[in-house]
Amino acid sequence: MADTKSILTTPIFDNNPIALQILGICSALAVTTSMANAMVMCVALTLVTAFSSFFISIIRKQIPSSIRIIVQMTIIASLVILVDQVLKAVAYDVSKGLSVFVGLIITNCIVMGRAEAFAMSNPPVPSFLDGIGNGLGYSAVLLFVATIRELLGAGTWFGITILQPVTDGGWYIPNGLLLLPPSAFFIIGLFIAIVRIWKPEQVEDAEFVMKPQSKGMVHGGGH
Amino acid sequence: MGHYVSLFITSVFIENMALAYFLGMCTFLAVSKKVSTAIGLGVAVIVVMAITVPLNNLLFQFILKSGALAWAGFPDIDLSFLGLLSYIGLIAATVQILEMFLDKFVPSLYNALGVFLPLITVNCAILGGVLFMVERDYNFSESVVYGVGAGFGWALAITALAGIREKLKYSDIPAPLRGLGITFITVGLMSLGFMSFGGMSI
Repeated sequence: MADTKSILTTPIFDNNPIALQILGICSALAVTTSMANAMVMCVALTLVTAFSSFFISIIRKQIPSSIRIIVQMTIIASLVILVDQVLKAVAYDVSKGLSVFVGLIITNCIVMGRAEAFAMSNPPVPSFLDGIGNGLGYSAVLLFVATIRELLGAGTWFGITILQPVTDGGWYIPNGLLLLPPSAFFIIGLFIAIVRIWKPEQVEDAEFVMKPQSKGMVHGGGH
Repeated sequence: MGHYVSLFITSVFIENMALAYFLGMCTFLAVSKKVSTAIGLGVAVIVVMAITVPLNNLLFQFILKSGALAWAGFPDIDLSFLGLLSYIGLIAATVQILEMFLDKFVPSLYNALGVFLPLITVNCAILGGVLFMVERDYNFSESVVYGVGAGFGWALAITALAGIREKLKYSDIPAPLRGLGITFITVGLMSLGFMSFGGMSI
């Protein structure tokens, strides 16, 4: 099990499900207005991904390939129902705050994607770790976005006031835009750019490259 | 009548599935490189939403809702915890039946939509639409309007994004932002544009 560590860590930065594979963005954007919501979502998603990969991997040899999507869906949906019911019982406010997005873990492409790409062809324990790793990759992006949005948008972090807002006699003027939907897109766009400056091998190839300018510009200028 | 028109406009513009609730983002970003494919997927989403949202509404009203089984003589049963499993099952089944139906009777439409139909089962916009319908407790006719409106709004957003991306590929974008990065920022700007509809009172 020399590669246990790499199964766990590569999805965090080298092959991040959100930044590189464009999976599971739907919920990543919607629940990041506050740290508490984002944290619950991260834990829920990591657990569902890990356990669904684990169970699907256990029965991977019994699943007929023609109905595998439906089987995977059923396992994932049952796990999500479990998470949803526990949340409603333990933390009702958070469950109301997350509204439909807990249910939407079912269609979160990370869960399905890992089940299909990893769990169907690997033994249970590595699949479980792969699920945790991808959950952590998702959590890294989610917590980063939520930190920026809550800190700059409301001046708080996990509900604790960090930047005292003007309305309470402080100095910070909360930037309401960061609590609105568009800012989530901007922050994820910038996050992707930062990861790619750090790891240039992830940069996508340009579809069209501008022709280098010829020396004299007399004969074949322009495009 | 006015109530339904306002519900339609709200679900298309103000509560746009993609730009205000971030639903269906994975396919929204992955399949928006060309306008023609974007329109194909958009139409498929409209069709599936227009069918599954009302169907799930019936399922919820007559089977799952607390006390809904009174017509069968079980007024005390509350099956709402089975919701998620039944909705996704019904969506998957509907998509499958629709695919077979189109293959048999409307082959030209099947060829146009074929590739996208299986993708739609896992499109969060569909399940999201169903869950919003349940959460807001729409009745049957409202759910029809909402399903069509939400699907139409999603189709509108993906077509617009594909149009922008077709032009954008000729521009010289800084390397780290190329591809996904600039797409996110474009969607952010579109979302900002759609927010201006929020001020409308209908």
